[in-house]
Amino acid sequence: MNRTASITLTVALAFAMAGCGDKKPEPKADKGAAAPAAEAALEVKIGHVGPLTGGIAHLGKDNENGARLAIEEANAAGIKIDGKAVKFTLVAEDDQADPKVGTTVAQKLVDAKVAGVVGHLNSGTSIPASPIYSQAGIPVISGSATNPKLTEQGFKTQFRVVGRDDQQGPAIASYLAANNKPKLVAVIDDATAYGEGIANEVEKTLKAQGIKTLPREKGTDKTTDWKAILTKLRGRNPDAVFYGGMDATGGPLMKQGRELGMKAVFSFGDGACTDEMAKLAGQAAEGLLCSQAGIPAQAADKKFLEAYKKRFNADPILYSPFTYDAANLLIAAMQKANSADPAKYLPELQKISFTGSTGPIAFDDKGDRKDAEMTIFTMKSGKIEPVAVIKGGKTIAYADFIKGGK
Amino acid sequence: MDTFLQQLVNGLTAGSVYAVVALGYTMVYGIIQLINFAHGEVVMIGAMVAFSVINALAGGALPPLAVVLIGTLSAIPVCMVVGYLMERLAYRPLRRAPRLAPLITAIGVSIILQHLAMLVWSRNILAFPQIIELRTFSFFGATITTVQVAIIAICVAMMGGLALLVYRTPLGTAMRATAQNPQVAGLMGVDVNRVIAATFVIGAALGAVAGVLFGTYYGIAQYTMGSILGLKAFSAAVLGGIGNIPGAMLGGLLLGLVEALGAGYIGDLTDLCSYGWLADLLGERCADGGHFILFGSNYQDVFAFVVLILVLVFRPQGLLGERVGDRA
Repeated sequence: MNRTASITLTVALAFAMAGCGDKKPEPKADKGAAAPAAEAALEVKIGHVGPLTGGIAHLGKDNENGARLAIEEANAAGIKIDGKAVKFTLVAEDDQADPKVGTTVAQKLVDAKVAGVVGHLNSGTSIPASPIYSQAGIPVISGSATNPKLTEQGFKTQFRVVGRDDQQGPAIASYLAANNKPKLVAVIDDATAYGEGIANEVEKTLKAQGIKTLPREKGTDKTTDWKAILTKLRGRNPDAVFYGGMDATGGPLMKQGRELGMKAVFSFGDGACTDEMAKLAGQAAEGLLCSQAGIPAQAADKKFLEAYKKRFNADPILYSPFTYDAANLLIAAMQKANSADPAKYLPELQKISFTGSTGPIAFDDKGDRKDAEMTIFTMKSGKIEPVAVIKGGKTIAYADFIKGGK
Repeated sequence: MDTFLQQLVNGLTAGSVYAVVALGYTMVYGIIQLINFAHGEVVMIGAMVAFSVINALAGGALPPLAVVLIGTLSAIPVCMVVGYLMERLAYRPLRRAPRLAPLITAIGVSIILQHLAMLVWSRNILAFPQIIELRTFSFFGATITTVQVAIIAICVAMMGGLALLVYRTPLGTAMRATAQNPQVAGLMGVDVNRVIAATFVIGAALGAVAGVLFGTYYGIAQYTMGSILGLKAFSAAVLGGIGNIPGAMLGGLLLGLVEALGAGYIGDLTDLCSYGWLADLLGERCADGGHFILFGSNYQDVFAFVVLILVLVFRPQGLLGERVGDRA
C-alpha cells in the first residue's frame, strides 16, 4: 500500500468515526451520506472461520493465512469497485472445530455484516453453519470441507473449491484398476457413514470396470483385531484390498494383513492417508495407496507458494492454496458485479470462471467445483508421497502435473 | 483347511491374552466375591506405561528385545501399585458393605483410571514402536509370527506359574483358605488383609503383562482399550466358571477361538444366497454371484457377549463350575 493511500484512509476513518459518534466505526458501504468520507474508500469485510485453538489449530491458521494473503494482495493492487477504492479487511474467527461454536461465530460474522466468508475448515462445522449464511444471503466458500452433504442441502450461497468425498472413491478405484490391474478386490469398511460411503463408491467403480469384488467385510471404527476377517479374505486370494476407514483402524489392518502373508495391494481413502499409517503399521505400511481430495499444497501455483513463504515465513501446510483461491474468488466476483453487495455479486460467483493457485475454477449447480482434482499417494520410507493427480476422470502422473501447472 | 488352521492360530493368540486378563477377575472374585470392573483399566495402564518406556528407549543403543523387556518390567510394578492402592483405598473400606456398593465403586474406579490415563497419555491412539523384527513361520499354509509364539508361550508360562503359586506355596494356601472362609482363616493366623492385597497385586501384575502383550501384538494402545478387553475377559471368566482359576484359562482360550471362528465364518454361514431354495426365493439379489449376508464379520465383538448370555442362561455356574471348595 502506498503512503498517500494509507493517509487518505486514516483520515477517512477518522471522519467516519467522528460522523458516527458513539456508534461502531463501520463505514457504510451503500449509504454514502451517513459517512461523507466513505466515498474515498469502501471497506469490505471478508470473514474467515477455522479452528485456531485445539488439535488442528495449525491447519486453521494455515487456512487463515491463505485468505489473509489474498486480501493483502487485493489491497495492494488497489482494486476499485463502482469507481471507489476498496479496502478489504479480514475478520478471522475461531470455531474450535466444534459444530456449536461454528454456528455461533457464523452468526457473529453475519451480525458484523461481512460481504462473504471463506471457511469453515471442517465439514462438521461447515454444515450446521451453512443455513445461517444462507438466510443472511452471504456467500461462503470452503477450501477444505469435503463431506458431500455440505452442498447437497441446496443452499445457493454455499460453495467449495475442494473435491468431495464421493469423488474420492472413484478416483482411488480407477487408479487401482489402471495401475495394479487387479482381477479380484476385497472391500472392507468400518461401518461408519464415511467408511461405508467411500467403500460403496469404490465397489461401484470397480464393478463398472469389470473387476470382481468379494462380499463386503465390515469392522467397526474401534476394531483392533482384523485377523479373522483377513484370514478369511486370504483364503480367497484377492489382488487388492480397499479399506474405507480411518488410520487408527487401517494401520492395524494393514499390519495384520502383512503378518498373515497377504501380498495384495492395500488401498485407503483420505481417512487413512496420513503419515500416521507408517507408525501404526510399521514396515508393513510401505507401498500402500491412498487418496486425498484436492492437490498437495506444494503442487499449488509457484507464485502463491513464494508469496506465502515471503509473507508468513513458512510453507503452506494443507489447504491454504484453496482458501487463498476462495478469497480471490469472492473478490473477483465483486469486481465483476461491480458491487460488494452479496445479493448483487452472488450470481457472478455462480457463473465465474477463474484461474487460481490450484488451477481453473468453475462451479456446478450445487456449488461444487467442476473437475475437482484428487491426488493419489503412496507410502515411501514412512512418508506419504503423491504419485498421481486424477482430474476429470483422467490420471496424470504427479511429476507431469507439477510441470504442466507451471 | 489353511484358513481354518489360521483362524485357530489367531483365536489361540487372542484367547491367551483374554485368559491372562480373566485370571485377574477370577482371582479377586474367588477371594472376596467382587467383580473388579477396574481390572481392564489396570491392563490399559500396563500397556500405556510400557508404551512410554519403549518409546523413550526405542532407537537407542539397546537391542529391541531388551527394550521391550524393560518396558514390561517397568509396567509390572506400576500396575502392582495401582492394584494395591485400588484395594486399599476403594475396596477395603467397603468390605462389610452390601455387595452392590463395591460393585458400583469398581465402576467408579474404572472411570477414574480411564480419565487419569487420558490426561497423562492424551485421547489419541498411540502407535507402539514396531521395533521387534517380525519373523513368520509357515506350517500347513498357516502363518504364525514370533510375537504370536511369544504371546502364547508367555501366557501359558504365567498360567502355570500362577497355578504353582496357588497350589504349592504358603501364600497360595492362605489365599485358598481366605477364599473358603475369611473368618476361620483369620482365626488360623492368616493375615486376611495382606492376602487379599496380595491377590490384587498378583492379578495386576498379570494384567500388566497382558497389556504389554496386547500392545505389541496389535501395535496400538489407547486410554479406552481396557473397557472392551476387560468385558471380554470377564465373559471368559464367567464362561469358565467365575472364581475358578483353570476355568478362567479355559474360558479365555475358548472365547478367543469362538471369536476368531465366528467372525471368520458367520458371513458365509448367513449368506442366504448359498442356500439353494433361499437363493431362488431372493431371485435378483442373488443373481450373478450376488450375496445377501445377514450377519457380517462386524459382529465379531458380539460373540463374547452372546457366549456370556448363553452361559448365564444354560449353565450359570460356568463350564468348570464355581467350585467354591478350592477357588482362589
